[in-house]
Amino acid sequence: PDGSTRFVTNTNGGPLFVYVKDDKILRTTPIDLTDDDPESWVIKARDTQFSPKRQMTVNPHALSLKSVVYSERRVKYPMKRVDFDPKGNRNTQNRGKSGYVRISWDEALDIVADQVRRQKTTYGPGSIAVTHGAHHQMGNVGYWLSALMRFTNILGATLMKFSPISWEGWYWGAQHHYGNSLRLGLPGPYGTMEDCLKECEMIVFWSSDPEATAGLYGGGEGSQRRQWAKDLGIKFVHIDPHYNSTAQAFGGKWLPVKPTTDSALAHAIMYVWITENLYDKTFIANCTTGFEEWKEYILGREDGTPKTPAWQESETGIPAKDVTSLARMWASKKTYLSAGGLGTGFGGACRAATGQQWARNMILLMTMQGWGKPGVNFGNLQCGAPVDLAHYFPGYAEGGISGDLTRTASSINNYVRMPHVVTVNPVEQRVPREYISEAIKTGKAEAYLWDGMSLEAQFRKAPYPSPGNAEIHMIYQYGGSSFGTTMNSSRRIEMYRDEKVEFVVSQSIWNEGEAQFADIILPACTVAERADISEVSGCAAFGHHNQTQMNHRMVVMQHECIKPLWESKSDYRIFTEVLGRLGFGPMYSEGCSELDWCKRIFDSTDAVNFTSWSKFLKKGYVVFPPQAEDMRDNVYMRWMHEGRKKDVPEPHPLPGDYSGDFLDGLQTQSGKIEFLPNSLKRGDPDNEERPVLNRYKPAWEGPASGEQVKAYPLQLVTGHPRYSFHTHMDGKNSHINDIQDHRIKIDGYAYWIVRMNSIDAADRCLNHHSLVKVYNDRAGVICALDVSPLVARGTLKTYESSAEFDFIQDENGKVLDRGGCMNLLTPSRTQAKGTTAIAPNSCLVEVEQWNNSWEVRDEKMALGS
Amino acid sequence: MKKWHLVVDVNLCTGCQNCVVATQDEYMNNDFKGYSKPGAAGVTPLSIEHRVRGTGSMVDAQHVPKMCNHCDDAPCIAASDGAIYKRPDGLVIIDPDKAVGRKNLVSTCPYGMIKWNDEQNVPQAWNFDAHLLDSGWKAPRAVQSCPIDALKALHISDSDMEKAIAVEKLVVLQPELNTKPRVYYKNLSAFLSHFIGGNVSGTRDGEAENIEGATIALLQNSTPLAETLTDAFGDFKFENLHDTSTGYSISINHPDYTSQIIEVSGILAESKVLDISLSR
Ligand SMILES: Nc1nc2c(c(=O)[nH]1)N[C@H]1C(S)=C(S)[C@@H](COP(=O)(O)OP(=O)(O)OC[C@H]3O[C@@H](n4cnc5c(=O)[nH]c(N)nc54)[C@H](O)[C@@H]3O)O[C@H]1N2
Ligand SMILES: Nc1nc2c(c(=O)[nH]1)N[C@H]1C(S)=C(S)[C@@H](COP(=O)(O)OP(=O)(O)OC[C@H]3O[C@@H](n4cnc5c(=O)[nH]c(N)nc54)[C@H](O)[C@@H]3O)O[C@H]1N2
Ligand code: SF4
Ligand code: SF4
Ligand SMILES: [Ca+2]
Ligand SMILES: [Ca+2]
Ligand SMILES: [Mo+4]
Repeated sequence: PDGSTRFVTNTNGGPLFVYVKDDKILRTTPIDLTDDDPESWVIKARDTQFSPKRQMTVNPHALSLKSVVYSERRVKYPMKRVDFDPKGNRNTQNRGKSGYVRISWDEALDIVADQVRRQKTTYGPGSIAVTHGAHHQMGNVGYWLSALMRFTNILGATLMKFSPISWEGWYWGAQHHYGNSLRLGLPGPYGTMEDCLKECEMIVFWSSDPEATAGLYGGGEGSQRRQWAKDLGIKFVHIDPHYNSTAQAFGGKWLPVKPTTDSALAHAIMYVWITENLYDKTFIANCTTGFEEWKEYILGREDGTPKTPAWQESETGIPAKDVTSLARMWASKKTYLSAGGLGTGFGGACRAATGQQWARNMILLMTMQGWGKPGVNFGNLQCGAPVDLAHYFPGYAEGGISGDLTRTASSINNYVRMPHVVTVNPVEQRVPREYISEAIKTGKAEAYLWDGMSLEAQFRKAPYPSPGNAEIHMIYQYGGSSFGTTMNSSRRIEMYRDEKVEFVVSQSIWNEGEAQFADIILPACTVAERADISEVSGCAAFGHHNQTQMNHRMVVMQHECIKPLWESKSDYRIFTEVLGRLGFGPMYSEGCSELDWCKRIFDSTDAVNFTSWSKFLKKGYVVFPPQAEDMRDNVYMRWMHEGRKKDVPEPHPLPGDYSGDFLDGLQTQSGKIEFLPNSLKRGDPDNEERPVLNRYKPAWEGPASGEQVKAYPLQLVTGHPRYSFHTHMDGKNSHINDIQDHRIKIDGYAYWIVRMNSIDAADRCLNHHSLVKVYNDRAGVICALDVSPLVARGTLKTYESSAEFDFIQDENGKVLDRGGCMNLLTPSRTQAKGTTAIAPNSCLVEVEQWNNSWEVRDEKMALGS
Repeated sequence: MKKWHLVVDVNLCTGCQNCVVATQDEYMNNDFKGYSKPGAAGVTPLSIEHRVRGTGSMVDAQHVPKMCNHCDDAPCIAASDGAIYKRPDGLVIIDPDKAVGRKNLVSTCPYGMIKWNDEQNVPQAWNFDAHLLDSGWKAPRAVQSCPIDALKALHISDSDMEKAIAVEKLVVLQPELNTKPRVYYKNLSAFLSHFIGGNVSGTRDGEAENIEGATIALLQNSTPLAETLTDAFGDFKFENLHDTSTGYSISINHPDYTSQIIEVSGILAESKVLDISLSR
């Protein structure tokens, strides 16, 4: 009626209708399903029929898309740093200080192409590094594993490699006990929603805040189901230093554990189970190995310390009596363990020095209670909906248009169904994301690179530089989130200012974070300004069947809702044009527009069984019908419990990794859950930081850190931000800035929030909503203080992933930031020897009132004039 | 005649803020002639009030969405010389043209739900997205975007609404203001009241243990008000107490332990969490 056109797009927080009038976005809304869409599933449990709301529910960050599309902080035109002369003085020391001038696309592309040629002829393979963040705007065409991977391969460049940041403790620890290396150590979700609603009596949320994190790309889908659980009378327990969003929404018993100490608590629970005979002996006997040795350790016969509830009290701060109560209740009630926000994993506790200890214990706890029995599993109703997984649609980790058959999951389905030009990166060199600044500064770095193919793949160390490769002298920066998201992140300032780094080009949508350190900035556009195609919550590979979080499986045509704003272009076009300058253009694009690629992808999937291309284009989405009630997936691990072959649609372990017959048992050497993992005995037998026997060892930075605790007595916990999605939708005049619980405006500046216990605040004479400096030896960050009893004493709860990095440096180069990059404070040390694992939640700080005025830096952000 | 009403279920609200963001999204950069001038950053017609109770490990929190109540007896209208008016369908609209420059209107709302938009030089409130309803939408943006249906927009007659109020035990905010709001709340009581709760423990073989199944009675000036049992963690909680009340006490009884009575002295100005240890 208002003359607008309704387009569709997809985001990390759910799909949206996008209303457009006169090439301008009016609004974005969640998608309500209609009678034309398939019926929703029904779960019958305890005399009630549960059926989900007929909407693709979303998160607040999804609903703020419009605000960041039109943000003043967009990079509007190609830009060049004023004192960067590609033919003369590069002034690398001024990166992050000096301003920019607008240049034409032609000039910008010529400079980039020239620098690429120069790098290759001057240094040889590997001197160009491509860096990027973990999360992209949703899509299968314009994703870093797709268009950017294709670009990198054709260019020939050193790839930056992540550690498995989301999974750390599960990958480096938990998987050794039971397998699932292709899920990076996480349990699977199948059948658990129905089982939980039918059978479960208690859910223990352990380092788990699904109302904040929505699992991963889960929209608002889990909230309704957790309300169902509450209405059914299922008890909730929260083990977390923060009475977090989920606890606040649904209530429950709170055990305010000191961060990083959870393993002591877990051991004490097992102690009660063992001494009071409260565990599943049949399951232990049939499906596990090594329990006797484990029992000796728990009872203290091995090291002289019985792991009693009283023993754990001084470590965790949890009264012994509460641990005893919890242990007894857990054993007497059918209990789901919600470990991490997915329920089947993640969790801030897995990102600390003790992360692998914790995740290992999560598996061992469930093992002792007969994992897979009715009502006994991992989950929190976030995953495991009875959607029909038989229909194929690729997730982003399948590599989209990359043509990369070795470093994406493309070869399994995607490439076979949609043949396209294969691309191979001739540069084998990798640089670890966590140590890229050391790599550049010292010319050396070493890391264990993430490889989920087997339990053993993680033991292989990769050196930088790779034999025969050049060191890095140019950075192709794609997005620039790392000040907010990588540990001890001020290291990056030095890296960018290093004269060895002769050229930095940033391909960015917004002028934020690291973009201000580039020599040339290329303006990319948002997903609303280009075409793409994706499934809601679809990632595949390491996130296999991630869409069981959704109530309805939906494939989305991501329309080009509006034309690219200002002089911005889609990433795909920018890549085509850069490579075009180097003669690779048609090889890159295969002559296809992004819309052509969308059609090629669509045609290769099972979406064609439910709609036609033209209907899909017009409607913008298609929903796959749910599983028929008698065709639903079996419950995860029930096969182990009942002694059957594996019978859930999870295509791993790889066939050759079964020790028994195909589908018999697990990926481990014994095929059973191993209390003392054989893979560690073989691959890393003598590592006291990751022992074969998962003993309790306090964090190297934490309550047991002696002198350091005196100077910095508070433990900083950096969770994932509830209202933004990492740096996406934070800062840049987003609607999210208007949420009082995300940033607080004080004297006109929107500050990041840290949450502190009322008594700790009173001890320091600090008031609610006052400005404070959070600091340690690494840096200082100015934040707004939120005072309440919702945070355990001694803990400071905040979020990671500020998009804003607004800093000054003192004469020693020490950084003070008021943008909110809490990762300036976190340690860059790996969790344990033999791993490359982030440990940001092992972080000690102190807080003081901030009364000083802010010295305004040089007016360097003169972009877009 | 059918009119608009809003029902907010405080128990369901998770504090996700979708309603706040969706409403910002609707008004930012959009000029709905005759209904509303564009919104501004920081001027949020809806907001979520967060209330936290308790201490130690017994804490809880409520989220209460707040917005213009579309009062039938609205002080803002009375004070506005026609700049604010009531529509036949119940909605209260601030006329975006007549209200220009009228900063004084902000203070006429006793609920504090009129915000000043400095950029547009106009007062603004949540107008139920009247422009959308008039073009056929079934609900305002805030309602449509709520993942858990904590907000419901009802287009029903006032007499049907009366029935719903009785059945669902709906209340309005600050009824003492007598403004006849059209925004109703469900399960608001925890937000308006305090609790007395606590943990009961004893000692066995020299070690503290939680006492399950102790009988706890709440008394006021010696008159029993309520009774409950401690749970498996030894915890108990009495809800719906008010700060106007004094003279509360708690009695604790368990066959294996010596009984105790604890006085809660003075006015109950905030929720109380008691740490009670019994001896055998
Ligand atoms: N302290 C602490 N730190 C943490 C964590 C923690 O728990 N605590 N968690 C870690 C985890 S699990 C994760 S996943 C990481 C996430 O950390 P990052 O992956 O670094 O965070 P993102 O915000 O997702 O970064 C994505 C970047 O890509 C850009 N980008 C997105 N889409 C596009 C596009 O279409 N085109 C272009 N050109 N650019 C685009 C964005 O603007 C942004 O700069 O953070 C980690 N850091
Ligand atoms: N809105 C939003 N959603 C997201 C993301 C986002 O950025 N924003 N990121 C997505 C990504 S990439 C990932 S990997 C997941 C991450 O999902 P999670 O890893 O589950 O999220 P976190 O917030 O890191 O941790 C969850 C809880 O752990 C608690 N915690 C921290 N340290 C400890 C500890 O030592 N012990 C205990 N018991 N608890 C602890 C925190 O207080 C927090 O409540 O979230 C995804 N979802
Ligand atoms: S809530 Fe305030 S602004 Fe809304 S109608 Fe009532 S008095 Fe007027
Ligand atoms: S959208 Fe619903 S659940 Fe979320 S804050 Fe608003 S009312 Fe509460
Ligand atoms: Ca094997
Ligand atoms: Ca609630
Ligand atoms: Mo992650």
